[in-house]
Amino acid sequence: MKKMLLATTAAALVASSAMADGHAKEIKLGVLYGFTGPIESLTGPMAAGAELAMKEVSDSGMLLDGATVTSSRGDSGCIDNGMAVASAERLIAEGVKGIVGADCSGVTGAVLQNVAIPNGMVMISPSATSPGLTTMEDNGLFFRTSPSDAREGEVMAEVLQERGIESIALTYTNNDYGKGLADAIQSSFEAVGGEVTIVAAHEDGKADYSAEMGALASAGGDLLVVAGYLDQGGAGIIKAALDSGAWDTFGLPGGMIGDNLPKTIGPDLNGSYGQIAGSEGKGIETLIEMAGDDFDASSPYTPEAYDAAALIMMAMQKAGSMEPGDYKDHILDVANAPGTEIYPGELGKALELIKNGEDVDYVGASAVELIGPGEAAGTYRLIEVKDGENATIGFK
Amino acid sequence: MDFLNAIVAFANFVFIPGVAYGSQLALGALGVTLVYGILRFSNFAHGDTMAMGAMSAVLLTWLFQSWGISFGPLPTALLTLPFAIGFTILLLLGTDRAVYKFYRTKKAKPVILVIVSLGITFIYNGLTRFIIGADDQNFLDGERFIIRARDFKEMTGLREGLAFKTTQGITIVTAVIVVILLFWFLNKTRSGKSMRAYSDNEDLALLSGINPERVVMITWMIVAGLATIAGVLYGLDKSFKPFTYFQLLLPIFASAIVGGLGNPIGAIAGGFVIAFSEVTITYAWKKVLVYLMPDNLEPSGLVQLLSTDYKFAVSFVILLIVLLVKPTGLFKGQAV
Repeated sequence: MKKMLLATTAAALVASSAMADGHAKEIKLGVLYGFTGPIESLTGPMAAGAELAMKEVSDSGMLLDGATVTSSRGDSGCIDNGMAVASAERLIAEGVKGIVGADCSGVTGAVLQNVAIPNGMVMISPSATSPGLTTMEDNGLFFRTSPSDAREGEVMAEVLQERGIESIALTYTNNDYGKGLADAIQSSFEAVGGEVTIVAAHEDGKADYSAEMGALASAGGDLLVVAGYLDQGGAGIIKAALDSGAWDTFGLPGGMIGDNLPKTIGPDLNGSYGQIAGSEGKGIETLIEMAGDDFDASSPYTPEAYDAAALIMMAMQKAGSMEPGDYKDHILDVANAPGTEIYPGELGKALELIKNGEDVDYVGASAVELIGPGEAAGTYRLIEVKDGENATIGFK
Repeated sequence: MDFLNAIVAFANFVFIPGVAYGSQLALGALGVTLVYGILRFSNFAHGDTMAMGAMSAVLLTWLFQSWGISFGPLPTALLTLPFAIGFTILLLLGTDRAVYKFYRTKKAKPVILVIVSLGITFIYNGLTRFIIGADDQNFLDGERFIIRARDFKEMTGLREGLAFKTTQGITIVTAVIVVILLFWFLNKTRSGKSMRAYSDNEDLALLSGINPERVVMITWMIVAGLATIAGVLYGLDKSFKPFTYFQLLLPIFASAIVGGLGNPIGAIAGGFVIAFSEVTITYAWKKVLVYLMPDNLEPSGLVQLLSTDYKFAVSFVILLIVLLVKPTGLFKGQAV
């Protein structure tokens, strides 16, 4: 009896490892973004960016001796924790080996705590920017290719100072992202000697913001900074401000930068300015070229999404394993110097170099440089709305 | 000059938005109060009836625009109102025939009708999203402003601007016309009198030969008109989004109850009480006071009683106080 038990166990072991070998040919990665909800107009290109990296790797045939990488999309709803956790659990059940996501900070924290940590799953978010995620206990499983909002606050304060703005009124969308960003902007701006006349929250999804506008206008200030979402309350606040004549230029942090905003507000938005995580140079240009007409690679957080997916796959190669527990320790290695610099479109080459035991320094589309507990150091694209379009006016 | 600046700032940020919002709430509350007074239940489907009515106006506006019909400086949606009201009347009469009539002939308790109306809410809710989608729809055309803030500043030389939107003007004018028509109808016409009689005492009304089905039908028709007008005005002034109409249900019911359920004058007063308390209590009075006070007394803080986060809490607190102190509402309505 005992012998037979041993024999069957051994047989099962052999069988399962054989199965694992077979499956190594196909690796599934989860793409968890808010395809519905407050940033739904951004997530289409973001997902396409991540999937472009997967396709590139599959086509190269270099990853773990010719594995193909496919994506499985899940909807985070951006602000719906329950939905995001359910979608992430579905991805785990489908057997994904890593998650590119989530997108908004609140749901990212929820998925990390409730799904990623218990299941030992690696998450690389291209767009969760809350400073709170820097200190969150993550067992080394969480990374992001976008910088923390604490950095955005510093950048915004510098921009405001350069433009000679002395006082601002500040309104934020009432959630983790908005609150974190508002705190960062306030403390940075006050540190450089600016005055914040009022910090007021606004709720998303309301039709009427006249009460909020009354309070903001009464407090006054040279500029109204709207730390909200462009498809949601942020746009409503700007409309109310323009209608009542309280302000006609606005400061626009990352969540408000997108093509939809100038479209919904119209010519009155011209002259408003802001910044969003993003970079210049060879990386982003190559990505835009590669994307062609399929999607807009310069859309916010799309380069970061491409980079997030690329990092997961290169770390797998470095670890020689597709298991999150094995490759999580190699993400920082492939992202940072020393090594050969890798740009978009060179993922095949990178995988080959890694296979030959050489170091790579992934630069990617967003000039990836991971610091501290695995988050981007942060280059920002400065934007000004000109003639109804977001024009890039510089980098910081 | 400072005094004028104070008045203009107050008008721009408190008075005009308050009056416009109050008119929209009042029109909504009138519909709720009529159903409560005559059909004797709280119609939770009212918010979504407004959404359905506004939706038909949006669709008709697009149709009219594609035909090249416009209303000059006024929004095309006003032209579509009669047709949209017609659609809503058919919708409500159909709903009554299919659903409410069954419960009415069974003399169902009001609480059952309330739950039935909640069911209708979800059906309307789904229909609206199915037909037009859950997104924002902008159907405002024509001139956006009667007075622009910047023009006002240049015209008067004051430091404060005053903006008066076309939609705010239309809202106020339409609300006044509708209320006058409604009161004329209720007080002067035979049908109106029979409605009031039916509302006061159902049995006596039946004995004196009033046809209850006719009263019910007229009530639904008026309610359809009120709901559509309120829905379209709200949609023009803010934007058409199905979900906001569902949320509007709370302040509308608060208005109707504060004024006294079943009492039309109360509904109007309640609408303005709720609207103004929402705006004034969360308003930061610093700007107005800086103009009014002598320099040495100028406030350094914002002089804001409550942060705007608590906007909705304000209407509930007022509702609580009224229910505790005067359960029949400010104007004598039926006790809840």
